[in-house]
Amino acid sequence: MIAFFSDYTVQIVLMGSIILGITAGSLGTFAVLRRQSLLGDAISHATLPGVCLAFMLVQTKNPLPLLIGAALAGWVGTLLIMLITDTTRIKRDSALGIVLSVFFGFGLVLLTIVQKMPTATKAGLDKFLFGNAATLLHSDVMMMLNFSVIIFAFVVMFWKEFKLIVFDADFARSLGINVRAFDILLTTLIVASIVIGLQTVGVVLMSAMLVAPAAAARQWTDRLGHMVLISALFGSISGVLGSVTSSVFLKLPTGPMIVIFLSIFVLISLAFAPNRGLVWDWLRFRKNRKLIQETSMLKNLMLFSEIHTDPFHPHDIAALTAIGRGAIDQTMNEIRQKGWARQFPDKKWALTPKGLEEAKRLTEEFEEQFDVDTSV
Amino acid sequence: MGAAKGKKETIKPAIEITDLTVAYHEKPVLWDVDFEAPQDCMLAIVGPNGAGKSTLIKSIMGLVKPAAGRVLVFGKTYRPESRLIGYVPQRGTVDWDFPTNVLDVVLMGRYGHLGWFKRPTDKDRRLALECLDKVGMTDFINRQISQLSGGQQQRVFLARAFIQDAPIYLMDEPFAGVDATTERSIITLLRELQDRGKTIICVHHDLQTLKEYFDHVLLLNVRALALGKVSDVLTQENLKRTYGGRTAFLAGMTEDEEPRG
Repeated sequence: MIAFFSDYTVQIVLMGSIILGITAGSLGTFAVLRRQSLLGDAISHATLPGVCLAFMLVQTKNPLPLLIGAALAGWVGTLLIMLITDTTRIKRDSALGIVLSVFFGFGLVLLTIVQKMPTATKAGLDKFLFGNAATLLHSDVMMMLNFSVIIFAFVVMFWKEFKLIVFDADFARSLGINVRAFDILLTTLIVASIVIGLQTVGVVLMSAMLVAPAAAARQWTDRLGHMVLISALFGSISGVLGSVTSSVFLKLPTGPMIVIFLSIFVLISLAFAPNRGLVWDWLRFRKNRKLIQETSMLKNLMLFSEIHTDPFHPHDIAALTAIGRGAIDQTMNEIRQKGWARQFPDKKWALTPKGLEEAKRLTEEFEEQFDVDTSV
Repeated sequence: MGAAKGKKETIKPAIEITDLTVAYHEKPVLWDVDFEAPQDCMLAIVGPNGAGKSTLIKSIMGLVKPAAGRVLVFGKTYRPESRLIGYVPQRGTVDWDFPTNVLDVVLMGRYGHLGWFKRPTDKDRRLALECLDKVGMTDFINRQISQLSGGQQQRVFLARAFIQDAPIYLMDEPFAGVDATTERSIITLLRELQDRGKTIICVHHDLQTLKEYFDHVLLLNVRALALGKVSDVLTQENLKRTYGGRTAFLAGMTEDEEPRG
């Protein structure tokens, strides 16, 4: 195990995926909260022609010019989306779809051309499609680190401005905050965090690195700061697991492996997160339904006991169900187990003294809570 | 109060709009609007849906760029940085599932006072608690904002505006989705602000309460149709011009009606 982590390649892969996970996870929080998840997808696909054109121009496998090309193409794609939605009658989702497919298609054409060039084989540009963490070099990781330090500097400096323009842009404008400028800055930071992940995760699945950790993190907290931290944590853990399994053990593309680990986080968060988790929702619903059924049957029993001179006289189950909802054997059994009612032969039931007390208490509670008088 | 106001009106109006025209696409939203709000008045902007009420409020703050016309605040062109206006947007314009709590939203009202890089201080927090106390929301300071009722959300927005401590308040439907008790307490708060010399302008929908809550009114339907003291402006004739022919529902709200047989 120690030998494994002291391996130089493994260290590079680990560092790269941690930096990537933290950066994409944090910026993804803003993308998700601004409902710009699909914008991330369009931008990352739009970077492909930029990578190929940059390679054609400089003919080196030095990643810096390639990533600058990617960033420029991503930027042009974003501007086009804004332009289309602002000046035409085409809706935003269609604009995203158009830019994504046109840029990506163009990128694939360029990629095919590049791969037929004699110099291209060494560059291995196809890793930009699905990502390959194993090809990361020390210099790549250093560049990622520099990018992400700059990105985080901006996020820390303009934290409250970003928070406010995402939550309430009109109010931000009324305070004199230049919403347009911060909007462009935030989008630029999202583009930058996409670009640093292209080599590792690839253009096709990079947006998952932005969206999935943030969507999962939203389930666990109601504070923006915590959401960013949790999202960064989920992103980096998935990044590490995906990169290591893909590059060291399986020799598979990295992007798909990372997405598999991300989806585990998303599924667990959707199901089990306290308050917002579906499982707790369902259990709460079940518990409430059971309680309502039990109390309504108990009240039915009380109604009958009030008619009869003996409050503990047994009544037929058919009569009980006729005046109320949800009378099922299970409910009656629950009531019996709580000691509120007794069962008699021929499907007859009677209140116990304890049950009568409980029914009275519930009625009083109900009247207090809703300020109504249920007495006839 | 009436006498004091008569004297004040010789001073510069809080807001003065001349020939304001706003168009989003081809169709104008506001057309040649002239409008003046005297200082420390409580003014309602009233009109049918699509009359441009929210747009008028936004163009006062410069959130909407006009096609023509001029807006003056205390006699000067308005810059948001001068922080003369506190704004309460429509409740429906924000995502209430945003991960933040009540105290945090109120503190956003101080963001204009804080410089870049600065975080809210203890003093800001104390101010926020005071404002939350005013609107009766002290018990909810750590509550996630989606877990509030509509009236509580509205009160949080009001607290966020109060913490700005601005001389003018522009409020877009502050009573929408608010129960009667909350509406009463909000109006009491607004009266207190007015007594302290603040100018309050609200987009308002309920003609029934207009006379009781406000002293001035602007009837707006793309054009400014009438402006002045509520008692002078609220006539059947004016309401008909504002709302078109469908004014049967307006019966009984004005003083100039002919007695019905």
